[in-house]
Amino acid sequence: MNRRTIGWFVVGLAITVFVAVVVSQFASDEPDGLEYVAERQGFGDASDEHDLADAPLADYGENLESDSRISTGVAGFVGVVVALGLGFGLFWIIRSPGSDPADSTP
Amino acid sequence: MHIPDGVIGPGVSAAAGVVAAGGFGIAVSRARRYLTDRLVPMAALVTAFVFAGQMINFPVLPGMSGHLLGGVLAAVLVGPWAGYLVVAIVLIIQAFLFADGGLTALGLNIVNMALIGAVGGYLVYRFIFRIAGSRPDRVAPAAGIAAFLSVPLAGLGFVIEFAVGGTAESLSLGAILVAMVGTHLLIGIGEGVITFFVVGAVMKARPDLVYGSPTFSGRRTEELLS
Repeated sequence: MNRRTIGWFVVGLAITVFVAVVVSQFASDEPDGLEYVAERQGFGDASDEHDLADAPLADYGENLESDSRISTGVAGFVGVVVALGLGFGLFWIIRSPGSDPADSTP
Repeated sequence: MHIPDGVIGPGVSAAAGVVAAGGFGIAVSRARRYLTDRLVPMAALVTAFVFAGQMINFPVLPGMSGHLLGGVLAAVLVGPWAGYLVVAIVLIIQAFLFADGGLTALGLNIVNMALIGAVGGYLVYRFIFRIAGSRPDRVAPAAGIAAFLSVPLAGLGFVIEFAVGGTAESLSLGAILVAMVGTHLLIGIGEGVITFFVVGAVMKARPDLVYGSPTFSGRRTEELLS
């Protein structure tokens, strides 16, 4: 990565963390489209409880902390770190062999 | 849009799991052909951004919200197959870490949001982009329109899965079809707006990194498109 790409990456990551930790505080708690349709169309009861419903970060930190601002923020931050790590790991493992001609430009 | 456990029976869920796993393998082998060192940080960043974006439920109707799916967003930025992997990784994290989307429904959710949403959405993007004249300034609008359409398409995926393997009985499939497509057309407006602005911002800052743009400086595999 050249310096310009690192700068771009840092800005993108800062925006991502801001969305996951801060903007997520203002997310709507209403059911999403599928849940809404399920309730109205009579298959809302068909779903089972999630196998991991008691996990610490289940439902984005609901079990974590009574203050939902903290738990949502923690869940968002952990999710971003894990997504970045898994994404980097997978894409690094599968990346194409050989160098990229554009890499040599400053 | 995340299907919980129990709504779709085990047969269809397992079949979707096989399709999703096969798709993952194809995506790895195709993404490998163009994903150079330089694109790895971009692809990882897009994965984190799609996760973050999916956390933000925006109000759509009284009593109903929607959130970003991110398939077209990811596919236009990093290509359709890396886009598939981006969405699949996000869904795996959500199911195993955040109890969002059933574990047995993971294949269904990957089919709807990664296969239909990212790869299918990218085909829609290419079609619209060509009609719009294939110019760099048309990348973000075409991505926005394709993203808008990708949401009801993913909803349609659910309706088909429900029609074949739904566990609830004596329901009207026609009403479910109308409700799913109708509500997800509305949610798709949010998807389209977010995708338009994010792709537009990346096109301004780094047009050389946007896979779906003629300004892309890396390799491209177009066998999906020709």
